[in-house]
Amino acid sequence: MTHAAVKPAPAKAAKKPKQELSEGKRAERKLGLLLCAPAALVMIAVTGWPVIYSIWLSMQRYDLRFPNQSEFVFLDNYITVLGSGYWWDAFGLTMLITVVSVILELVLGMCLALIMHRTIVGRGLVRTVSLIPYGIVTVVAAFSWRYAWDDKTGYLSDLVSAGALTDKTAAFFTVVLAEVWKTTPFMALLLMAGLALVPDDLLKAASMDGAGPWQRFTKVMVPVMKPAILVALLFRTLDAFRIFDNLFVLTPGTSSVSIQTYNNLIKGLNLGIGSTMSVLIFITVAIIAFVFIKVFGTAAPGSDPGGKR
Amino acid sequence: MMAEIVLDKVTKRYPDGALAVSEADFTIADGEFVILVGPSGCGKSTTLNMIAGLEDISDGELRIDGQRVNEKAPKDRDIAMVFQSYALYPHMSVRENMAFPLRLAKVDDKIVRQKVEQAAATLDLTQHLDRKPGNLSGGQRQRVAMGRAIVRSPKAFLMDEPLSNLDAKLRVQMRTSLSKLQKQLGTTTVYVTHDQTEAMTLGDRVVVLRGGIVQQIGSPQFLYEQPANLFVAGFIGSPSMNFLPATLADNEVNSPIGKFALTDRIRALVEKAGASREVILGIRPEHFEDAHLLDDSAKAGGATFAATVDVLESMGSDKYAYFTVEGDQATSQELEELAADSGSADVPDSGSQVVTRLSAASDARQGESLDVWFDADKVLLFDPSNGKNLTYAG
Repeated sequence: MTHAAVKPAPAKAAKKPKQELSEGKRAERKLGLLLCAPAALVMIAVTGWPVIYSIWLSMQRYDLRFPNQSEFVFLDNYITVLGSGYWWDAFGLTMLITVVSVILELVLGMCLALIMHRTIVGRGLVRTVSLIPYGIVTVVAAFSWRYAWDDKTGYLSDLVSAGALTDKTAAFFTVVLAEVWKTTPFMALLLMAGLALVPDDLLKAASMDGAGPWQRFTKVMVPVMKPAILVALLFRTLDAFRIFDNLFVLTPGTSSVSIQTYNNLIKGLNLGIGSTMSVLIFITVAIIAFVFIKVFGTAAPGSDPGGKR
Repeated sequence: MMAEIVLDKVTKRYPDGALAVSEADFTIADGEFVILVGPSGCGKSTTLNMIAGLEDISDGELRIDGQRVNEKAPKDRDIAMVFQSYALYPHMSVRENMAFPLRLAKVDDKIVRQKVEQAAATLDLTQHLDRKPGNLSGGQRQRVAMGRAIVRSPKAFLMDEPLSNLDAKLRVQMRTSLSKLQKQLGTTTVYVTHDQTEAMTLGDRVVVLRGGIVQQIGSPQFLYEQPANLFVAGFIGSPSMNFLPATLADNEVNSPIGKFALTDRIRALVEKAGASREVILGIRPEHFEDAHLLDDSAKAGGATFAATVDVLESMGSDKYAYFTVEGDQATSQELEELAADSGSADVPDSGSQVVTRLSAASDARQGESLDVWFDADKVLLFDPSNGKNLTYAG
């Protein structure tokens, strides 16, 4: 019962604030920081600097087609983007795709996880096979879907009357299907790790206490594995919100926030507006993560007190 | 509520052919406290799980209250179980843990409250009702697990080593309170343990299992005095019975602790059982005494031998003296198994060790020779080939 052993740790840590460190401890800490420093510097260079640079760019009028007109405009770009209907359309569509696909992935992923957890014969094979979609490069998978749904030549296009890639509603579901197909295995894997946290005795106790299979699932399994579910949801939501490949390949016309950023930044060469959009995506993702961790109480990966010992 | 549990040749065979429990055949009377005891892998937990419905019964019939329940799901058998790990729901408060079975049974909220509080009062948990199991001590968790079992007044309690996760002192405390609670509720209880002390102190009757086969069923005192075979003799009692190889000729036993005549009572039993020449002599530590403390009339019923005291443990109330006697160790399948279970198979030993419990008044000294008397009427003789007790009075 690991959770029982881990629980008291934070209470203990809180009881003794700021202890005087001994000579040896301080030397050890210094050495630790020194050893971390090179890696930390590289991290800052490759992740921190681009973030800061794009924030800097987002506060300038900077269009590569008119480099002479560049100037610092502070928050003007944000006003432009947030006041634009195109941005909010893209934002709404992205949110809709995120919510629908993550919900479907959660339900299917849970089913898959339960199956994989209970599989006795060929466990390794079943897990490997179910992970294949996740192992395929998204663009490759997207192209295979595009050929499958193609109005004239696609082998799946006969299944639907409206053009799967041209009709607005149909296209939405095609994209969601591609997303779900690809990332459900990832969800299932994370959920399976959560299932392993539910002790067998607990389920036995529940069935002795009079719970049927569904009650055992909803009243014991889900609450006990809630941390794993929330982490899985967090990862997938953050990922889904940045959807790009599937939309880019399957439905070139539609735009998610990522596609719109790409259009402005790379196609339109407007560094100012493009950077503004990417900063807005960054902020949205940060808000989603914040809500998950603070409101739902998701344990942020690595914040488990057990890992600190 | 009447709840008699009948195991009618209940057998558990795994798909790979392994036999976990073979034709367990006994009846647990209403209100009785029965202990299933044996070393690990003897099938005691499997038997309990079959009664609970957590494992299927391969063969035979299980009846609760006169009704066949082989095919019933655990939730339809109306029995409660306490697990070794306590299996408390970590996301629920103590109150909700205890209320869980009642909530599932859709009992009215007011009655749930009342029953939980009543159980909490019985188990001294009232001030912990709103805490989470993670913040409780081992003993408190154990009591919550008990509470969850008693709130719904089931037909029977099943307990799977409920005390073995507690430290020694608490275990003794919980043992007595458990015994009291069971007497007070009068609910049929089946209790699994590997600890013979728990088996001796708690049970109305004890079922000793070995390798999936029931060895003997009886009251603790009966098992202690009249073990059916070597295994039961060696398993029950602490420190355990001494076993020595011996030969039987002309109603005389020739053993490493001397030659002595069989008493009339034992001779009659041995004749009835048809003993062979080679036997294993079994004698409990308390049937030895320091010869200097006894007068001649007291010594008449037994024999005396002299040996050097290897180790002397003074317990205050009495003294344990350990001797090494010449000759080989008694060997049999059962004794090897018992040694492996207690871990003593790993201790190198030359000759046979004899443990004796002497009066505290004895002036035995470590490293010095001592005359030791033993009661010849209390010895047990076993057949080394099949372990059967040749002096079993039935």
